[in-house]
Amino acid sequence: MRFRIIVLAKQVPDTRNVGKDAMKADGTVNRAALSAIFNPEDLHALEQALSIKDKIRYAEVILLTMGPTRAAEIIREALYRGADQGFLITDRKFAGSDTLATSYALSLAVKKLAPYHLVISGRQAIDGDTAQVGPQTAEKLGIPQITYAEEILSLDAKKIIVKRRLERGVEVVNSTLPALITVHSSAPPCRQRIGKLLMKYKHARTVTELQNETKDYTELYTERPYLLIEEWSAEDLKAAGENLGLSGSPTKVKKIENVVFQHKESKVLSNSDKDIEKLMQTLISSHIIG
Amino acid sequence: MNNIFVYCEVTEERSIADVSLELLSKGRKLADDLKVKLEAVVLGHKVTKPEAMLFPFGVDVIHYADDEKLFPYTTLPHTSIIIEIFKKELPEIVLFGATSIGRDLAPRVASALRCGLTADCTSLEIGDHFENKTQTEYKNLLFQIRPAFGGNIIATIINPETRPQMATVREGVMKKEVYSLKYKGKLIKIDARSILKDEDFAVTIIERHLEKSRIDIKNAQVIIAGGYGVGSKENFQLLFDLAEILGAQVGASRAAVDAGFADHERQVGQTGVTVRPKLYIACGISGAVQHRAGMDQSAQIISINTDLNAPINQIADYTILGNVADVIPKMIKYYKKNSK
Ligand SMILES: Cc1cc2nc3c(=O)[nH]c(=O)nc-3n(C[C@H](O)[C@H](O)[C@H](O)COP(=O)(O)OP(=O)(O)OC[C@H]3O[C@@H](n4cnc5c(N)ncnc54)[C@H](O)[C@@H]3O)c2cc1C
Ligand SMILES: Nc1ncnc2c1ncn2[C@@H]1O[C@H](COP(=O)(O)O)[C@@H](O)[C@H]1O
Repeated sequence: MRFRIIVLAKQVPDTRNVGKDAMKADGTVNRAALSAIFNPEDLHALEQALSIKDKIRYAEVILLTMGPTRAAEIIREALYRGADQGFLITDRKFAGSDTLATSYALSLAVKKLAPYHLVISGRQAIDGDTAQVGPQTAEKLGIPQITYAEEILSLDAKKIIVKRRLERGVEVVNSTLPALITVHSSAPPCRQRIGKLLMKYKHARTVTELQNETKDYTELYTERPYLLIEEWSAEDLKAAGENLGLSGSPTKVKKIENVVFQHKESKVLSNSDKDIEKLMQTLISSHIIG
Repeated sequence: MNNIFVYCEVTEERSIADVSLELLSKGRKLADDLKVKLEAVVLGHKVTKPEAMLFPFGVDVIHYADDEKLFPYTTLPHTSIIIEIFKKELPEIVLFGATSIGRDLAPRVASALRCGLTADCTSLEIGDHFENKTQTEYKNLLFQIRPAFGGNIIATIINPETRPQMATVREGVMKKEVYSLKYKGKLIKIDARSILKDEDFAVTIIERHLEKSRIDIKNAQVIIAGGYGVGSKENFQLLFDLAEILGAQVGASRAAVDAGFADHERQVGQTGVTVRPKLYIACGISGAVQHRAGMDQSAQIISINTDLNAPINQIADYTILGNVADVIPKMIKYYKKNSK
């Protein structure tokens, strides 16, 4: 039996490079102005999976992502770096999912891929910064979780030893398998694309993507079935409607506000000796310092 | 209406973590608003005087499980016991610290109870909500307010239908306030062994190296914070010099931490510490929303920046237009000259 590792990864807007045009005049987020990227910590998660594959030859790495058609981009990215296969969970019924509904859908997909040994996710996604989907998926699968993993120290078919990065230090834990680990950004960064794999998977597409292509690829995909990225709908996962998308999400967004500056009456001083001496005197006499 | 619960984290020293005491202070206010009780959950072993520690924060009931299997923290045993308590008590609201422990535990509990959880709230309020689609009025919901989208928007999240309403909050965001030194509640002992099963011990700890936090910028009265504009680790030394003579602590922006000018523990902001000192001197910090989220409650703000248009200047009481490397030595000089 192969050692099956499932990596959970998300495509996210690049909130770290928010430019001046990121917010529209009406105070809503201008998604079009943000590029979509592989969630940074999920790349660290992928690297953990790939490095296991370097050591254990019978290991296979499967990337699982839930998102719109476009999210197939990160599956290709993972294939270029050494993943064996990817699945895209995509359905309008999943729209508006909070972390609970997301983990429900992901857990059904993981179960569909059973038997599996290890599920690896990032610690948190930069669009929401919640760090909830990993632990919630583990709970739904009924398996133990190891959060904030920095290094896998040892691994066999039945157990794993992991070093965790905590606020004030490190902890080494042992867990039975299967288990879910969430990977911290202090773990090693992901390897780059591999030229040979880039050539091999350049044409990997989902069915939906193929429908939008002008060229007919039927022959290519019969010859090389590994180029077809499978899409799973709510029905494929036999997902219960009330647990999906908006209706399966207990959290609702009541209100969104753009961040506005609170203007204060600010005194501008020069860096002259006179100005700075006066400021220090004011601070001392008002007992703020000294 | 049912009660408000706070999961109280046990520290390495077997005391109750500051963040939990801050949440109890907030929880007490929410409980008064809603006219319900405040309950604390303490899971650990030989915790130092939980009653003496917690009752002054206005705690009505402490649920205490004292068992060697519960310390140090591991996910599954704590989850199982909490779920057992909550299934019986059906809390209205539950608060956790947004710490390594809270952010590991709360999502697992929320998933098991199929309820909503909002991470990293910066403010919690009680309010009413009218749902247009269903024409339903919801009274006294917990408004969970948090920055989202890299801090560019502030979202108010609610859980109209499911209970408990759960949230995590970072250390330093809420104020720690003693409610009454004479306040007395009751303590309920929980028998952990009757709840825990073999599966709860799938994960075992082999080794731990935890340090006590060495740097305490959270409680500092004066903070000298440096940003990317400070330019180098050497220049950061100027900030330490000024801090030394003012009895202040040194903070940093994320850009300064990323550049290696300062330790991560000094980072102020959304993903660092939230501070509210009497005086915050921002040196070479532009004032991105994520940074301001952690310091805009400071009583006085001084910005030292070469750019008059840096956003930080808009919330500063004083802006010194100039180079950090020139201004700080002058501040030191004139402080020494004028203080006696
Ligand atoms: C999800 C998320 C969370 C984040 N969390 C945090 C957080 O918790 N804390 C945080 O700080 N940031 C956080 N950030 C990063 C934040 O967006 C900014 O990138 C960061 O705060 C910028 O740091 P800075 O002001 O030091 O650097 P810059 O933006 O590069 O500003 C440098 C400033 O120094 C001035 N300057 C340059 N040279 C000099 C000189 N010689 N003398 C005086 N002034 C000079 C410049 O005019 C400029 O205003 C977060 C970002 C994201 C996306
Ligand atoms: N839509 C998704 N598809 C696949 N994985 C996801 C998705 N959302 C979250 N994850 C995983 O869960 C982790 C935590 O996400 P979050 O709780 O949103 O911070 C991410 O780093 C991913 O590994």
